[in-house]
Amino acid sequence: MSDPIIQMKNIEKHFGSVIALAGVSVDVHAGECHCLLGDNGAGKSTFIKTMSGVHKPTSGEIIFEGQPLDFADPRDAIAAGSATGHHLLAMIPLMSVSRNFFMGNEPVKKIAGLTFFDHDYANRVTMEEMRSMGINLRGPDQAVGTLSGGERQTVAIARAVHFGAKVLILDEPTSALGVRQTSNVLATIDKVRKQGIAVVFITHNVRHAMAVGDRFTVLNRGQTLGTAERGEITPEELQDMMAGGQEMASLEGSLGGTV
Amino acid sequence: MSDAAQTDERVKEISRLRRALIRPELGGIVGTIAVFTFFLLFAFDSGMFNAQGVMNWTVVSAQFVIIAVGACLLMISGEFDLSVGSMIGFAGMMIAIFGVTLGWPMWSAILITFVICITCGAINGYIVVRTGLPSFIVTLATLFILRGFTIFIPQTIERKTIIGGIREAAEGDWLAPVFGGKIFGGAFQWLGDAGIIATFQRGNRAGQPVVDGIPMLVVWALALVIVGHIILTRTRFGNWIFAAGGDADAARNSGVPVNAVKIKMFMFTAFCATVFATCQVMEFGSAGADRGLLKEFEAIIAVVIGGALLTGGYGSVIGAALGALIFGVVQQGLFFAGVESSLFRVFLGVILLFAVILNTYIRRIITGER
Repeated sequence: MSDPIIQMKNIEKHFGSVIALAGVSVDVHAGECHCLLGDNGAGKSTFIKTMSGVHKPTSGEIIFEGQPLDFADPRDAIAAGSATGHHLLAMIPLMSVSRNFFMGNEPVKKIAGLTFFDHDYANRVTMEEMRSMGINLRGPDQAVGTLSGGERQTVAIARAVHFGAKVLILDEPTSALGVRQTSNVLATIDKVRKQGIAVVFITHNVRHAMAVGDRFTVLNRGQTLGTAERGEITPEELQDMMAGGQEMASLEGSLGGTV
Repeated sequence: MSDAAQTDERVKEISRLRRALIRPELGGIVGTIAVFTFFLLFAFDSGMFNAQGVMNWTVVSAQFVIIAVGACLLMISGEFDLSVGSMIGFAGMMIAIFGVTLGWPMWSAILITFVICITCGAINGYIVVRTGLPSFIVTLATLFILRGFTIFIPQTIERKTIIGGIREAAEGDWLAPVFGGKIFGGAFQWLGDAGIIATFQRGNRAGQPVVDGIPMLVVWALALVIVGHIILTRTRFGNWIFAAGGDADAARNSGVPVNAVKIKMFMFTAFCATVFATCQVMEFGSAGADRGLLKEFEAIIAVVIGGALLTGGYGSVIGAALGALIFGVVQQGLFFAGVESSLFRVFLGVILLFAVILNTYIRRIITGER
């Protein structure tokens, strides 16, 4: 297998007296979808915030493309080529799709020495990118607020990919979506992965993870319970690991395998 | 899946009317047409539409436009400035103190006033972005602080609250005419000579046209609208203004320097207020401590009539300018039509209410909220 694009080694993160992460190691390869599973409070959010540069790890090392990284703020992470779902989901409903798409990265053209926003270019690229993701916009000036939740996710993912993200960190992208929208987002993840981009997919839904994941890492109480390749592990085992085992097993019987 | 995305039978085609409705300028355009129709029908003979009348409401509207452009861009970036009115009084007083009381050359008095006022705007903005307090409260404080100084300083120095003699002090100055002068005087003289516009029949101005040029105030208003509109819609910075007001966190995470944008907008609002004040003191020849009272609200009303959302992230400079035009035309038009002027306030309240309701409806259409 190729060298990992991003390696998190023994990451610890303490908030005051609370140990949120107690030595987590994960590596992510280009072109794979790495699922990070864990129940609420397992440390998923802290972990991806560390990965995306929002938090500085208390100890441990982040290696990005072979270079040790010291993210000062999320901008550095974006510049380094990783973009988190948390950030990219940040769309502004009142603004048009193309204005959102290029927010902070506006294309410009010079007219008579003055710099102007190149709307033609922005509109054209937005329409092309959306079409390639399977979303047909009414027009590039359509407001993001009129899109469905799944479409917004897709716009956000397309934006990150367009601006050269090498690692896409999606924090529960399917948590608030309906069945059909979820399948759209999962299909988008699949497309992005095939372009050679590493996807870190955070979820607590084992079925969503199994649908697209290549490898699975389970976090529990700030620690990893190991990484498993696709095919090495069953959904039931993943579910057990997330829930910490015992309680789930006892529940399993009474709920009849519905969770 | 791609087939499903091609045509979603549940997305209704948006009608043209609704499409037109979601332009922020719509309210302003409809209102302007309505107001002009009304006064053309009911006040045509009152002198409102001869050269003098037109110049009268143009100047009043231009005053509103100047402060509305600043308030508009600031509101789109998600903030308010309630200190605009006080800033107008304060700026006028500073010009008088430096230019008349201290006897500095008028150009230096004007420039130092701009520097002081824009710094005040920057401080407003800095406090707002650093503390995260609502700009409503921060600038309310500035409103009182500036108004207090505007009364205190001339009373302490000159023992009065109105300082005159500015026109004399500005005589021969190179910068003062940029605010207090008039252009196209020759064209108007020609129009007067040709009998197209009326001329004075008697007195020491006999033979001169009743309107002897376009005041620089109007030129400033037009220039600010054009520059403001282009910056907002056609530049990268304009995208940042929308983004900062639409969702500051989202904008920040996408790399938009939200704090810098907001501070610059506060400075721009202060700049507009100072332009207003400078034009005013050059026209009146005096500075008064009560100048600019309630102007902050008039600016905000013009902006809201112009289609901007109070919550930020949406609006139009052209709309705000039309809102200001409606404001000016109605205020002066009621006077021409001989309507009791207190009714102007009633009109203002009613139209403000309508504008806000319309804007809320438009917002629902755009964001798809129900």
